[in-house]
Amino acid sequence: MDNRFVYMDYNATTPLRDEVKARMIEDFDIFANASSMHEAGRRARDRVEKARAQVAALIGAADPRSILFTSGGSESNNTVFNTMYDLGRGPGGRRKIVTTAIEHPCVMNAARRLSDEGFPVVFLGVDGRGRIDLNELESELDPARSTGGPALLVSVMAANNEIGTVQDMKAVSALAKAAGAYFHTDAVQAAGKMAVDVSSWGVDYLTLSCHKIYGPKGVGALYVRKGVPAEPLIRGGHQELGIRAGTYNNQGILGFGLAAELAARDLDSFAERLRSLRERLKEGISASVPDIRINGHPTEVLPNTLNVSFPGAEGEAILLSLDLEGIEVSTGSACASGSLEPSHVLMATGVGPEMAHGSIRFSMGRGSREEDVDYVVEKLAPIIKRLRRMSTIAPAVAAQACRD
Amino acid sequence: MSDTFQWLYSPIVKEHFTNPKNVFDPDEGFEGDAEGVVGNIKCGDQMMFMLKIKDDLITDVRWKTYGCASAIASTSMLSEVIKGMPIRQAYSIKPSDIASRLGGLPENKIHCSVLGDKALRAAIDGYLDERGRSGEFKGEDAVVVCNCLNITDKDIEQAVKDGARNWEQLQAATKIGTVCGSCKPRAEELLHEYAHIFGN
Repeated sequence: MDNRFVYMDYNATTPLRDEVKARMIEDFDIFANASSMHEAGRRARDRVEKARAQVAALIGAADPRSILFTSGGSESNNTVFNTMYDLGRGPGGRRKIVTTAIEHPCVMNAARRLSDEGFPVVFLGVDGRGRIDLNELESELDPARSTGGPALLVSVMAANNEIGTVQDMKAVSALAKAAGAYFHTDAVQAAGKMAVDVSSWGVDYLTLSCHKIYGPKGVGALYVRKGVPAEPLIRGGHQELGIRAGTYNNQGILGFGLAAELAARDLDSFAERLRSLRERLKEGISASVPDIRINGHPTEVLPNTLNVSFPGAEGEAILLSLDLEGIEVSTGSACASGSLEPSHVLMATGVGPEMAHGSIRFSMGRGSREEDVDYVVEKLAPIIKRLRRMSTIAPAVAAQACRD
Repeated sequence: MSDTFQWLYSPIVKEHFTNPKNVFDPDEGFEGDAEGVVGNIKCGDQMMFMLKIKDDLITDVRWKTYGCASAIASTSMLSEVIKGMPIRQAYSIKPSDIASRLGGLPENKIHCSVLGDKALRAAIDGYLDERGRSGEFKGEDAVVVCNCLNITDKDIEQAVKDGARNWEQLQAATKIGTVCGSCKPRAEELLHEYAHIFGN
């Protein structure tokens, strides 16, 4: 067996960039509490504030004070929904939450919690390519055409983690603004892979995660536009304008800052290179494996993400077969989800359970090379052929069923 | 990754996943005396068993599986186990028997992916039906769930096959749990399990 190792799961997490790692290690002697008034504390704080400006620059935020550091994307998203809970729990105010059926589980579950608390919550469906219907959004935001009263929050992810589909942020924002609702976007997968700009997008809240952009795990950020409410999820000291208590994670935040700066610097060339690798992978698989379905949007898609269904073969079996060849991917199969349900994202696109169970997400990144793509294509075709040969389900039948 | 790092499942599962035994090959011209299919594509697993039977002895077997690695491995293992076995004995093989022969499987995988025994029973039932011996082995492998009314897991399985999908429908079909009611948690587990296997 080859001893090659091809990592194609960058949407799950990314390796720490060498520059970031080196800078963090250098900095580990700066141990002081960044909230302390003495010189050592001020020195630590200076690094936190520099990182804040670097992260602000990545998303086009003019004022670094609009960036709050958190423990990651899940905390940032939960902070927004928790704020909505505080705003809408009283009598008489806006309470309706409009989000989508393809959000990350932390948004889905934070929204479900508000629904359990009596808030009207709408999960907008998506089309076969994973895009929401703007007309449907507009009608959900119009109290005359929908239930639940005027909307409090619109939360739509910028780019999907599983299928890579990118939503029209400016259009969503315009509709939210016109309805007087706050607009939040989970930009965890978008950042570092496409231009993210809080001012042209017109967002009130934006979620970031550091470990998806080649920084350390356990650090994230929430952009909160000036004048927009934010309530603490974690109460305690006065860090982060009193909105997020807890001693500063000095080295994590420092690493986040540098990772953000490098991501912004490299964005154009990185995206172009990844787009070409994605095309190579897509062409390679299409040419060597019959009866497949490319999931997600053909053009409005992240440059690194390719999601493919192989009807007749089951996702976990494909994943583990690839794993034996040193290829690391992920699947939308129920067998890998810990529940009996396949990917909620693929199911929302209407492809049916066979396509969802047989789906594989290839997500590439900085370390991906053309020879890796070619190796994956070479190994994949016989794996699918083998699994389909022992399968009770014929791929053509499954593909037909999904078109109907 | 590297071979030194432990695989997701046991080495036996890995062997049967990478080198499955007795897989049906359309070019081989295998003709069985009995065939059974179970599974629910919505849940991601389906299995088919074909048996050659002589004098109530399974002389050869072929199978197909749409499913995950442990589904493929467990079907392969079962196919090895039943070769040369009397159909009466094969009829009472349980998922836990297969799981232990595979060196263990995670709990959630046992009920989800070990469907081979059900496909095997479906094949044997069909074989018996065709020979006017319907139901000959029924109840042999049954475990009593409701002690008050002597209702077994097989009765629950049959009720689900006949369409019961919730507690009320199961009670209507079997009267289960209508005396002391203490069997309800276990019965609901089985209901869920069989609905997963036989539901569509």
